[in-house]
Amino acid sequence: MNVWQFLADFFVNVGAWMGELLSGWGLSPFWVSLIVKVVGGLALAIGPLTAVLFLIWYARKVIGRIQDRMGPTNDGTAAGPFALLQAVADAIKMLTKEFVFPKERDRVVFLIAPVLAVAVAVAVWAVIPFGPQGMQFVDLNIGVFYVVALASLAFFAMLMAGWSSHNKYANLGAFRAVSMIVSYEIPQMLALLVPVMLAGSMGMQGLVRAQEVPFIVMVPVPALIYFLAMTAEVGRLPFEQAEADAEIVAGYFVEYSGMLFGAFYLAEFINNLSASFVFTVLFLGGWRGPWVEQAPVLGLVWISLKAFLVFTLLTFFWGAMPRLRIDHILGFSWKFLTPLALVMLVVVALVDKAVQAAGLTSPWGRAGWLFLANAAVALVTVALLYRAERRQQAAREARRFAIVR
Amino acid sequence: MSQYALIGVYLIIALIFGVAPPLLAWFLSPKKPNPYKGEVYESGIKTFGPTWIRFKPQYYLFALAFLVFDVEAALLLPWAVAYLWLPLYAVIEAVIFILILVFGLVYVWRRGWLTWM
Amino acid sequence: MITVQQVVFALFAVLTLGGAIGVVAARKLFHAALWMVLAFFGVAGLYLLLEAPFFAALQLFIYIGGIAVLTVMAIMVTRGIMKPKEPVFTYAIGAAGTALAFLVMLGLFIFKTPVWDVAAPTGEVDPNGLRALGQALVSPSAYLLPFEVASVLLLAVLVGALFIAREKE
Repeated sequence: MNVWQFLADFFVNVGAWMGELLSGWGLSPFWVSLIVKVVGGLALAIGPLTAVLFLIWYARKVIGRIQDRMGPTNDGTAAGPFALLQAVADAIKMLTKEFVFPKERDRVVFLIAPVLAVAVAVAVWAVIPFGPQGMQFVDLNIGVFYVVALASLAFFAMLMAGWSSHNKYANLGAFRAVSMIVSYEIPQMLALLVPVMLAGSMGMQGLVRAQEVPFIVMVPVPALIYFLAMTAEVGRLPFEQAEADAEIVAGYFVEYSGMLFGAFYLAEFINNLSASFVFTVLFLGGWRGPWVEQAPVLGLVWISLKAFLVFTLLTFFWGAMPRLRIDHILGFSWKFLTPLALVMLVVVALVDKAVQAAGLTSPWGRAGWLFLANAAVALVTVALLYRAERRQQAAREARRFAIVR
Repeated sequence: MSQYALIGVYLIIALIFGVAPPLLAWFLSPKKPNPYKGEVYESGIKTFGPTWIRFKPQYYLFALAFLVFDVEAALLLPWAVAYLWLPLYAVIEAVIFILILVFGLVYVWRRGWLTWM
Repeated sequence: MITVQQVVFALFAVLTLGGAIGVVAARKLFHAALWMVLAFFGVAGLYLLLEAPFFAALQLFIYIGGIAVLTVMAIMVTRGIMKPKEPVFTYAIGAAGTALAFLVMLGLFIFKTPVWDVAAPTGEVDPNGLRALGQALVSPSAYLLPFEVASVLLLAVLVGALFIAREKE
């Protein structure tokens, strides 16, 4: 095959080439495939790590601009053109900082927590589909569920960090963060059920393949619910309890110094990126895009572009929003997102069956009806909120007049 | 199953990536222990009061409500996967399942047991 | 000949049992919770060996993400429970003896009953397994009734537990 054909399906072809090379050296097929997969896995794990170095710089620049300042700039020091190497400099700094441990910490647990946090963040990438075939580490049939189940382990990393620091603020911070994340796990799961329903599969490839019409167009309300819940899950403002700078200093990682803190920081950024990729797969059509069928490697480009947009949106949230109070945060999840998600689930289930029964199986026809149903629910919700607000306003007015009298 | 063996391999890789930075930092960082550095951080003042304070029951409440809805969502997952092949009555049955729990949520909310502070 | 499956099984079994022992033997309650997480992890691995990846993930999601977290919250909310105490248990010998007796009885029962000729798992996950499970959960001839009863049970748990734990005026 010529150069263009090789490049068109780059990763699969490289894998095949490596496989042939190794077979040529006389290794049995089992070892060949294992080694190829391990190399692939290493490349996959390194990907987000290097992406994060760029994204940390990107986030700080964007937030700087939102706050009407420059963000990291090149002032002649070794931070590279436009200070692109800022994150690298940060990493080097953290690697060489002294480990300051609180003397009464629980040694083993204290050290496990950051390792677990990073491991879980990296582990998610195994199921992300970067292209039509062969560009995914493993296509588990429980794809999305695997991602969600890993998050459960992340809860524990937080609890361990908070508890083992032997610091009441760290502990408190950990519990608040876990309460928040756990509360938003529910609307996230419920909203996630909608794409699974429409695609008939939990597998990530299955979800992408079912999106001739991206699900964000078909079911925008669950997409919105999922987006908000995801923002809380990754600890982005306005739902930030983990690092609540002005409230409890650095929350549950207050006693962690140097690279141990760096590990949590890294894990947080990787999580932001993975969440963006998962959202892209669930609602934005994953690797779909022009010319993907001819050149599968473009799948990587499309999914990365879309995920980058989502990440940018998350960064805008970070720069532009204040932190909400914990009771408001929890109220918003339990009293708004969860009921709304449940209602949406019921509505989509019924409408889609009705559409199937009426015989409208073309993707755009189905999408249109579902979109209308979503819009209807959205309008009803806004109307209800408006009425509730009016009632509260009236109650406030009544109280004011009562005092005057 | 070979899929999960691969996942196992990947998890080991992920774990290595988790251990590597702190390990590297351990070798590269200076070690100058000092008793003051070991003090618990409380904005510069010496800690007072017991370090394990008692937490509000609300944390437990929310974890509990979470667990109930967690199980509900998990039970709905296989139904969601099978959805496209299910007849209407099967969908209605799941809707009943959901509505029972919506009722529970609304009830608990109205009674005011879902407040934080 | 020891197969890979046996090795992996042994690994997960040790993880589960070790975790369980850790729960009982830990000095600090928080450590006990962490050992419990390890035991749950082992169980998830055993589910994988039984070709039930959905249940393995379910184990992580519900048991570790839900029950273990709840346990930790319960520990923290309880007064005076965090002081590491020496385990005070004067009936240790009696308890160990009783447990051993039960174990022997159970073992005899298991080994005497001829249920060992079950086909070994083929090692392949049924691609339509999840769909079949979903269909089974809502079909009247299969698991519909337990499915609906489960929702009522969850309702009872939700209302009951929040009632008990509510803020009293």
